[in-house]
Amino acid sequence: MPDVMPVALEINFYLLLALKILAITGVVLTGILPIIFGELKISAHMQSRIGPYFAGGRWGWAQPLADGVKFFQKEDLVPAAADRQVYKLAPYLLMVSTLAVFVIIPFSPDLIAADLDLGIFFALAISSLSALGVLMAGWASGNKYSLMGGLRAAAQIIAYELPLVLAVIGVVIQAGTLSMVGIVEAQIDMGVPYLIGGQVVGFVLFFTASLAELNRTPFDLPVAESELVMGYLTEYSGFRFTTFFLAEYAGVFAMAAIASTLFLGGYGFWGLDPTVFGPFVLVAKVGLLAFLMIWIRWTWPRLREDQLQTLAWKWLIPIALANIAVTAIFKVAL
Amino acid sequence: MAARGLGLFKGMWLTLKTLFQKPPTVMYPKEKEVPVPRARGVIALDTDACTVCMLCARECPDWCIYIEGHKEEQPPAKEGGRVRTRATLDRFDIDYALCMYCGICVEVCPFDALFWSPEYEYSETRISAMLHDKDRLTDWLATVPDPPALET
Repeated sequence: MPDVMPVALEINFYLLLALKILAITGVVLTGILPIIFGELKISAHMQSRIGPYFAGGRWGWAQPLADGVKFFQKEDLVPAAADRQVYKLAPYLLMVSTLAVFVIIPFSPDLIAADLDLGIFFALAISSLSALGVLMAGWASGNKYSLMGGLRAAAQIIAYELPLVLAVIGVVIQAGTLSMVGIVEAQIDMGVPYLIGGQVVGFVLFFTASLAELNRTPFDLPVAESELVMGYLTEYSGFRFTTFFLAEYAGVFAMAAIASTLFLGGYGFWGLDPTVFGPFVLVAKVGLLAFLMIWIRWTWPRLREDQLQTLAWKWLIPIALANIAVTAIFKVAL
Repeated sequence: MAARGLGLFKGMWLTLKTLFQKPPTVMYPKEKEVPVPRARGVIALDTDACTVCMLCARECPDWCIYIEGHKEEQPPAKEGGRVRTRATLDRFDIDYALCMYCGICVEVCPFDALFWSPEYEYSETRISAMLHDKDRLTDWLATVPDPPALET
């Protein structure tokens, strides 16, 4: 008997791992389809258009699926000048770095792939890998537009990584933990989410920086269509482009989920039992933030490269540092 | 002077308002816009009024009007009179693939043989089918709206 037990445990571990991977991938891929559809529809109506209308029979709800099928039919082109291995690997690196963030996102107190003690630190560290994926894509495409886009993206992601991390530190100081569940529980104990309870500056900083991390307007210089065709995505087609595209929207989902968890109280909502309603509450908050991102994207113009760097280094980082200082003073004083 | 950055929020408010307004789109094959009577849809031809003077064909900026005709002798109006000739239209084609809807032909016609009609649904899958011949141009005549009443 003692010989059997470890084997059974080991099988269970790998089975559980496979199930968790499948569950996260499934949740993410189904979760971003409504975001893509929302982007299509909301952008259309904000511009007095109707947007997708016929696909699926009503409101064009099947448009993201139809787009996906279309992308899969396309030829997977590799330019002659490209660095083949790096070129082919780049989209997957980006996708993995985005998907890995979902490991620590708590949908309810129990519904979490792994409640790491390092929680938010892990998320920020692993999501920084996306800079590498983007740079790989830009360099390996063997195209000057791609390279320009990749360099811009790298510069931007590195610059905005700092305010992002510094904005999170305020929350971590206030909650006294890095664990995502711990941060949510701290907010539930306090009674109000950190957006109201002292971290409103932190939220604005985090949200601004996350827009820049996701290369979304007004920080979409790496894929500025009017200048760089499509930046580091220029040479990609077919399945690899789809991977980039899905990773982008998975990134929206991930950033919105992290921001919801850190600043909007995550799965907690007054009067709702988090073990039952937690996932719905979190998804609603993610939807709210995703709407805000889409709303900003279709309203604001793009920044210039120097304005982008100025905003990060001269404004966001000093404000974030001040925010940390003030939070720390209040934490100690109260 | 307005405060700096205020425009960002004005813009947000504008897009939010637009989001909840009904788009002005007309879902074309299902619902159709009614063009104004003087809309430049298609040019109709009144063959009886045409004298094959070729003014329209000559004035057409992109030469999309093709006219051929001949003269026919007609019996004299009175006994012992001179034999009259009358111009007869053999071919009158307008190539709508070339036409730029300037309306110069309609303006220049001295005998009011050409008219604007607001009809616009004559798209084709082949470009050669955009050439409307005499019969088809005459058919459009039925869609020409009455001219506005004269001022008294």
